[in-house]
Amino acid sequence: MNPAGLPEQMRRAWAIAKKDIRIYYFKGPVLIFGIFMPIFLFLAFLMGSRELPLPFLVSGLIGMTLFFTATAVSPAIFPWEGSAKTLERLASCPITIEAIVFGDMIASTLLGIGITLFTVIIGLVLGLTLLHGIILCIAIFLAAWCFSAIGMLLAVPPTNVPSNIMMLSSLIKFPLVFISGIFIPLEQMPSWGLVLAVCSPLTYFTDLIRYSFTGVHYFPVLIDLVALGVFTLVFTVITMVLHKRTISKRM
Amino acid sequence: MSDAIDVKNLTKQFGTTVAVDNISFSVQEGEIFGFLGPNGAGKTTTTRMLTGVIPAEAGTATILGYDIRREPVMAKQGFGVVPETSNAYADLTAWQNLMLMGELYGLGRARAIKRASDLLGMLGLIERKDQKVQAYSKGMKQRLILAMALLHEPELLFLDEPTSGLDVHSTRMILSLLRDLNRAGTTIFLTTHNMEEANRLCHRVGIIRNGKIVAIDAPEKLKTAIDRVHRIEVSFDRDVPGDALLRLDGVTGANRTGDKWQITAENRDTAIRSLVAFSQQNNRKIITLNTIAPSLDDAFLRLTEEAGP
Ligand SMILES: Nc1ncnc2c1ncn2[C@@H]1O[C@H](COP(=O)(O)OP(=O)(O)OP(=O)(O)O)[C@@H](O)[C@H]1O
Ligand SMILES: [Mg+2]
Repeated sequence: MNPAGLPEQMRRAWAIAKKDIRIYYFKGPVLIFGIFMPIFLFLAFLMGSRELPLPFLVSGLIGMTLFFTATAVSPAIFPWEGSAKTLERLASCPITIEAIVFGDMIASTLLGIGITLFTVIIGLVLGLTLLHGIILCIAIFLAAWCFSAIGMLLAVPPTNVPSNIMMLSSLIKFPLVFISGIFIPLEQMPSWGLVLAVCSPLTYFTDLIRYSFTGVHYFPVLIDLVALGVFTLVFTVITMVLHKRTISKRM
Repeated sequence: MSDAIDVKNLTKQFGTTVAVDNISFSVQEGEIFGFLGPNGAGKTTTTRMLTGVIPAEAGTATILGYDIRREPVMAKQGFGVVPETSNAYADLTAWQNLMLMGELYGLGRARAIKRASDLLGMLGLIERKDQKVQAYSKGMKQRLILAMALLHEPELLFLDEPTSGLDVHSTRMILSLLRDLNRAGTTIFLTTHNMEEANRLCHRVGIIRNGKIVAIDAPEKLKTAIDRVHRIEVSFDRDVPGDALLRLDGVTGANRTGDKWQITAENRDTAIRSLVAFSQQNNRKIITLNTIAPSLDDAFLRLTEEAGP
């Protein structure tokens, strides 16, 4: 066994993820921002919006749910661990910062996927038909990973006060939802709105869900997948590099 | 014997405070090294740099043959750490904490289970193993953290004030465990405020003040090195005149305190011989004769209170 080798570090990242799942899934802010809020928003819009067609609305709401759940845990883990001093313990263990970040992202991704599958089931119960299951699965997996990387990125400022990071992340998350074609179809957006929408990974994910349920899409499916993949890769790399730089400031 | 820890010109600054100022030292394999210093001297900062928690601004630390900055994972694989503030996961049970450590150090499941039960048994925590650490007392937490540090059987153990705030029972338990580990070959780097502990446990101690190392030596040598003047306490069965004592060879002062005489001497050996000869010649019996060695406390205070850096 080479402790510094990739397979061993991956195994240790999985240990980090299991620990995160045990501890952080059940923390108050995660339950509120990650589970109750998206589900209540989902139900509120479902009942309130009569003029939008149901399949359009439900697929947008699935996108929003994944976005909120996958970014719920990841921003708060580092601040929590920093203030509880458990981060110091991890920093003295034979695991790289990249593997710690990777483990946190696994936990965050799994929460996103779990809750989102639940809303997909609600959608199916409401009468939606699933046209492209495989595309949906790939899209959910990619997007969950991408969003959890965004969540980790939000935690880069080395503050150990979780509520600060929670507020900062809400400040960024809500506007993103509005420019990503969830409530306003891309076809109806003004051109400046489209420019913003292109910059948001959530746009491509929403487009893919719509395609999976209705067959209608704005961008070509391949473009959606590639864009999502590139965003995922870029955010993952950036968050690892930045955390490596700032982690010692949390001690 | 090779060095378990080799530190060269290590420096750390926080803003304008220089917490650790260009220190160099080494700790041999199999040694118990005590790291002493007043509050804020830079002990914890040094320990954190050596364990790869914070980066140094300058200098290098080689731990078990690996540079802690360049090959952190390889270095960390070989040592265990008991940090200054307890940091087990409060939301996990003792057992879950230990299993997490097992996975982070790459131990197989069976070995982790065996080690965890052995350690919890040895440290008296086995009945409470399924309780969340939140509910643990300070002493229990500290023992758990020691178990977490020892799970992977490290060759080198860093401890930052492991017994501060613990009762006699927990302290004894931890110290005797450290002694046993050392006998079995573990190198120990120990930060402490307890001079008695350092005196009895450590092969060598380093004293740090204002981020600089002011002395490194065996405790006994440090003690004798600080005091050029030796003190001897003697009592006789009958009164003796003070001026007679003062005239003895090697004696530079004699003060009466209660029924004893405090003798100061330049050379302890000469003074003792003179005192014995004196008692024979004058037909006095010596009832007690003690050489009063400076304690490590004295040495510490002297070394850390000298004016100016
Ligand atoms: N994270 C930090 N930020 C700013 N200053 C720090 C930080 N950590 C330590 N210092 C400063 O560095 C100096 C050394 O602190 P350190 O904690 O190493 O002392 P110590 O010898 O462990 O003291 P103690 O016996 O009280 O534990 C102190 O002046 C302290 O204020
Ligand atoms: Mg300290």
